[in-house]
Amino acid sequence: MAASRPPPTHLRRGRWWNAPWFDTLQFAVFTGALLWLTVAGAMNMGYNWQWYRVPRFIYRVVDGELIWGPLIKGLVVTLEITAWSVVITLAIGLVTALLRLSNSFSGRIVAKVYLEAVRNTPLLIQIYLFYFVLGPIIGLDRFWVGVACLSVFEGAFACEVIRAGILSVPRGQWEASDGIGLGRVQGYRYVILPQAVPLMLPPLTGLVISLIKNSAIVSVIAVFDLTTEGRNIIADTFLSFEIWMTVAAIYLVLTVTLSVFVSYLEHRVRARE
Amino acid sequence: MKDNVVIELEGVNKWFGDFHVLKDIDLKVRERERVVVCGPSGSGKSTVIRCINRLEEHQEGRIVVDGQELDDDTRNVAAVRREVGMVFQQFNLFPHLTVIENCMLGPTRARGMSKAEARDRAMEYLARVRIPEQAEKYPGQLSGGQQQRVAIARSLCMQPKVMLFDEPTSALDPEMIKEVLDVMIDLAQSGMTMIVVTHEMGFARTVADQMVFMDEGRIVETAPPERFFANPESERTKLFLSQILSH
Repeated sequence: MAASRPPPTHLRRGRWWNAPWFDTLQFAVFTGALLWLTVAGAMNMGYNWQWYRVPRFIYRVVDGELIWGPLIKGLVVTLEITAWSVVITLAIGLVTALLRLSNSFSGRIVAKVYLEAVRNTPLLIQIYLFYFVLGPIIGLDRFWVGVACLSVFEGAFACEVIRAGILSVPRGQWEASDGIGLGRVQGYRYVILPQAVPLMLPPLTGLVISLIKNSAIVSVIAVFDLTTEGRNIIADTFLSFEIWMTVAAIYLVLTVTLSVFVSYLEHRVRARE
Repeated sequence: MKDNVVIELEGVNKWFGDFHVLKDIDLKVRERERVVVCGPSGSGKSTVIRCINRLEEHQEGRIVVDGQELDDDTRNVAAVRREVGMVFQQFNLFPHLTVIENCMLGPTRARGMSKAEARDRAMEYLARVRIPEQAEKYPGQLSGGQQQRVAIARSLCMQPKVMLFDEPTSALDPEMIKEVLDVMIDLAQSGMTMIVVTHEMGFARTVADQMVFMDEGRIVETAPPERFFANPESERTKLFLSQILSH
């Protein structure tokens, strides 16, 4: 619905330093330099590259049968943690956002205390608190401790995204909703949220990406996710360069795929308007 | 016929912070009566009607709508809002819903009416505001005048006892004002109780039973239109009319 604006000046094409070939050249020179630095540095250290040993940690074929390696098993756990956390994060975010916007004084205080506590303590400390204090009290196993901690952490950010989305719906929409006799819950459900959710989607995807990345923290409580598997392999094989680079690449493939998918979605939503 | 008082304001005062927007407002509107409220901008005329369906809260005095006093009891407020239709300057249609869905939302969700029944009723009122053919479009595809007529239909679908209009034509291009006023005149002739905040003095002359002139948060003068336009009592009213009617 927003009027389409011309792109900002610095994005306009036309000059040679904005041309695609120059972009490509820049990129090639930069990555080349980085690669050379790594290889040269490793050679100076006398590092013994053994990339040929890496694939078997991803998959093996035994008697014509495909067997997934520990890295892929870890990836599946990472995906499971992320999926559960996304759902719970959104629930926490929505409830907190509604509390912050409510007329209830105590509701607003609860939300505010939660937000400040979560945003102003390190995630690492939070997961220790969850694992050593909350986990035993509530009786959660380590997988669910990880999910709960990540959800509580990201929920604070989801809250702000959802709140901003709700507030960006013009006030007149609430007045019209009140005017035809809808209650508060109905107003949210039929009038406000249907307009707010499309606005929230792009920032919420950023949140999913940060969830994938932050899920690596569960390795400190020995949940067998991608990071933990990587660390265990290195403990066995001392292939630290190769394995950490592979692990990073797997995370990168995951998050970049997601970003591309989302920009495609956004593009389609905009085209429909 | 014009007997039952549907809306009564008694000694209503309201402040926005330190700013005293409404000062001792007394107003009675009877059934089937049409009241036009006018006055310079900032005089509090919009605030008065926004208080009547509690989009704003008053701090002193009483507002009684159809026997329900507006107070902190939210059930009363919801009940009043179902009986009072409101049309806004900026239309405030729901942009994510089609025209007919805009009209059906209130009856189905706030009144628990079946979809089929609500659809029939919506079509009936869309016909009354003369745009039944636009039912399946989205508000963004309509002109301002058409949008405002949809907004009127949306309110009418709740079959309110009273309709409030908050400067319904102020955001419209001149050539669209007439189509909206025509619909409002129809509505007035059908016997709807109406309170209209507007600067359209031609419309006021045609439909008003009662003119209310406000300035600086006070009701300065209340009179039937013949007297109001021919010989207003207060100097302030004369000045206002001379400015607004001079061209």
